[in-house]
Amino acid sequence: MSEGTSELGGGVAVGRLNEVTPPFSSQAALDEAARCLYCFDAPCAQACPAAVDVSAFIRKITTGNLRGAARVILQANPLGASCARVCPVDELCEGACVVGKTNRPVAIGRLQRSVTDWAAANSKSVLRAGRPTGKRVAVIGGGPAGLTCAAELAQLGHAVTVFEAREKAGGLNTYGIVPLRLPLENSLAEVEMVRGLGVAIRTGVAVGRDVQPEDLLRDYDALFVAIGLGGGAHLGVPGEELSGVYEALDLIAAAKLGDLGHIRIGERVAVVGGGNTAIDAATVARRLGAREVTVVYRRGQEEMPAYKYEVDFARGEGVNFQWLAAPVRIVGKGQVAGLECVRTQLAAPDESGRRRPQPVPSSKYVMAVDTVIKALGQAPLASTIARLGLQVKGGRLEVDAETGRTSQPRIFAGGDCVSGGGEVVFAVQQAKRAARGIHAAIVA
Amino acid sequence: MVDLSVNLAGIKAPSPFWLSSGPVTNTAKQADLAFAAGWGGFVWKTIGTPIINVSSRLGGLNYGARRLVGLNNIELISDRSIEDNVREIADIKRRWPQQAVVASIMAESKKEAWQELVRQVEESGCDGLELNFSCPHGMHERGMGAAVGQVPEYTERTTDWVKSVARTPVIVKLTPNISDIRQPARAAKAGGADGVSLINTISSIIGVDLDRFEPIPSVNGRGTHGGYCGPAVKPIALNMVATLAQDEEFGLPISGIGGITTWRDVLEFMVMGATSTQVHTAVMHWGFRIIEDMIDGVTNYLEDKGFHSIQEIIGKAVPSLTDWGKLDLNYQVRSQIVEAKCIGCQVCFAACRDGGHDSIRLQTGTRVPMVDQETCVGCNLCLLACPVEGAIAMARVDQGKPYMSWEQYVSAAGAQGCRGG
Ligand SMILES: Cc1cc2nc3c(=O)[nH]c(=O)nc-3n(C[C@H](O)[C@H](O)[C@H](O)COP(=O)(O)OP(=O)(O)OC[C@H]3O[C@@H](n4cnc5c(N)ncnc54)[C@H](O)[C@@H]3O)c2cc1C
Ligand SMILES: Cc1cc2nc3c(=O)[nH]c(=O)nc-3n(C[C@H](O)[C@H](O)[C@H](O)COP(=O)(O)O)c2cc1C
Ligand code: SF4
Repeated sequence: MSEGTSELGGGVAVGRLNEVTPPFSSQAALDEAARCLYCFDAPCAQACPAAVDVSAFIRKITTGNLRGAARVILQANPLGASCARVCPVDELCEGACVVGKTNRPVAIGRLQRSVTDWAAANSKSVLRAGRPTGKRVAVIGGGPAGLTCAAELAQLGHAVTVFEAREKAGGLNTYGIVPLRLPLENSLAEVEMVRGLGVAIRTGVAVGRDVQPEDLLRDYDALFVAIGLGGGAHLGVPGEELSGVYEALDLIAAAKLGDLGHIRIGERVAVVGGGNTAIDAATVARRLGAREVTVVYRRGQEEMPAYKYEVDFARGEGVNFQWLAAPVRIVGKGQVAGLECVRTQLAAPDESGRRRPQPVPSSKYVMAVDTVIKALGQAPLASTIARLGLQVKGGRLEVDAETGRTSQPRIFAGGDCVSGGGEVVFAVQQAKRAARGIHAAIVA
Repeated sequence: MVDLSVNLAGIKAPSPFWLSSGPVTNTAKQADLAFAAGWGGFVWKTIGTPIINVSSRLGGLNYGARRLVGLNNIELISDRSIEDNVREIADIKRRWPQQAVVASIMAESKKEAWQELVRQVEESGCDGLELNFSCPHGMHERGMGAAVGQVPEYTERTTDWVKSVARTPVIVKLTPNISDIRQPARAAKAGGADGVSLINTISSIIGVDLDRFEPIPSVNGRGTHGGYCGPAVKPIALNMVATLAQDEEFGLPISGIGGITTWRDVLEFMVMGATSTQVHTAVMHWGFRIIEDMIDGVTNYLEDKGFHSIQEIIGKAVPSLTDWGKLDLNYQVRSQIVEAKCIGCQVCFAACRDGGHDSIRLQTGTRVPMVDQETCVGCNLCLLACPVEGAIAMARVDQGKPYMSWEQYVSAAGAQGCRGG
């Protein structure tokens, strides 16, 4: 075992799960920042869902004003540190960077990371709580959306309490985004930054189980619902109960927390699904030592919802792909011994605009695998939403686009529970809108 | 093969690429390295009664990620004995007979002191003398250096002292810390100088330490006025060289100095009237090796342009330098944004709106702006600010109206009984 690594529960070198992209040295950050053209009405800022004034913070890097740079970032996006690591920048700021028209775009994500890392390392608290207003807001769910809304409201002077069901706050940043991209400590540092604004974060408290919505509505001026989505959907094929079948999110959470005690990744692994979660689970399985990892997806390569850079990264990690194949049964007695699949072909696009896969007659075959990882996307937390008495549409909470207000006037919502699943920065965007909506509603 | 050799007031050199006097030209070892690398001339670190230097001595001006666009120093003349310097020059001249070795000298403002120094130094077999009337710090406080160069009478008198005993050509190194460079240059000529070199460093404070509230560089808590050089001073030096090249009353050969870093800089000084050029900061920064591209670049340029000798280009741009009052008021250009090249940064928009003539318009549906041809004055700002080569073009729009200068305009207006303002 090489230096700097240690054993996980399952006997795996943790070093292999460390963050992949190295930080910029301060010199590299200066050099990279010097590439920014300081565009007027810059397209990168327009492309940022959190409206970070990118060229403003990059210019501050060049003048050595890192505290100012951190303020520009965090005032627009309290989750700037995690977004710097996990945002699909190719599609957002860096995709819009005009330098990219003639050259490599400015590495905005990594520059943002160098600033937020600097702020964290120098314990510079750049955000400040506002003058107390005497108003109280309860935030349900301590993920990116909940933390953002809490930070925004605290800066406006409201007293905020976050109720988080799990043991740690941070939501999928803490439990769901692989440590290769976002280390646990960065997510937890962000939680502490929000706490530093005077926000009370009560972990291990599930609303609906430990606290009742009625009580919250009685004790608080407004509620922000940011419960995200629930566990992974079922495969719905025989054999799902066999040992060696895991839920992708459980695998990732275990890897992230460094406690793989209950998970045994075998030699040959099939990952079912085509989204980013499937790709993440597949790379983690490889890094945990699986010899052969195959992503099985029922549509074609083109139809995969996963980001291309993620797929490319997984390829580089030695992950294989089987497109146009759908599992029909997990084979095995007690323990997984194989995954039976059927070949598929794509029919004409359905109402969602995607081409529906259809089984090809008599094309069944069995992949010899000892581990099956299900990555079928998260289902909405229907019962919690029902307990809150809120209106849903297709499993998603319905809100007013401008204010984030739900069907109940004092309840607002944002994040994955509203979008049905997206990126951290979109959760931030919705939470910022809702914070403005809440502020307007409670100070009125 | 183009001929790069030059002859400045009788000082012959295989090329116009010389090193100016300073830390770069302090020792025989440096002269060996420099000539081996390809430099054509070497103006020895100013020789005089040895001085004591302070530590530290240099301060730098950075621009963004670029280091040393400007350099400032508070170093004095040579801290080595006259005898050591003379012996090393003699040594170098034996080994490098073709290359120009010029001894820079500075003495107390007394006739005997200067003349004794000239005699001693010429023993070395140097090809010429450069009189340092231009060090703007330290020596200046002792009545030497720029203290001589700033007073034309002193310049003339001291040059005359030297000329009356010197056997080799004498160049006077001028200080830029004056208001009209022609005055000290004419004084040097009146004193009998064979040529001049310019510029020495510009009086400066390069920066301030904001934690300690001390000027940079700091010598145990205090700083002093220094001499500024490096790429940032080139425009000032070029202006002074060209001014002398144009001065009919002057007419002596010029060695151009100040911010020269690349072959282009060398050519610019030469077409503005310099017979040779001298480099300092660029070598302090990058070493003697930069000469390779200087020679290569100049040679390629001369070949491409069909010149056979570098002497053909000396002063070539001087006739096109004129007074503002003779510029053509009827010549008009307008900015045009080349859509195919524009990347849409809109830096030109901000520049023109806030610092130009508010003539660039943003458009909906595209980030490529448009220039309002009616209000654009053709100032060039957008072109200068644009980060993409070729994305903004200045096009002539005056449809060939005849030349009319401000001088003509005023005299025409005067004839009509009104005055231009
Ligand atoms: C595997 C994976 C990889 C991803 N990778 C990326 C990526 O690279 N880049 C990116 O931008 N996005 C990525 N995402 C998406 C991103 O993580 C989410 O969009 C984001 O976390 C949504 O934030 P949220 O606050 O809405 O929900 P969540 O992060 O899910 O947080 C919701 C929180 O609410 C809590 N909660 C739920 N019910 C209750 C209750 N009743 N009472 C109290 N608390 C409750 C939950 O425990 C959770 O902490 C990824 C997602 C997954 C699953
Ligand atoms: C550290 C330092 C010491 C110098 N010492 C001398 C000197 O002793 N005599 C002299 O004539 N010029 C001296 N100069 C001035 C240079 O020769 C030259 O005129 C000036 O630096 C401008 O050229 P540059 O921009 O290429 O450096 C010195 C310059 C520097 C930076
Ligand atoms: S040339 Fe000057 S006035 Fe004309 S568009 Fe450019 S900046 Fe504006």
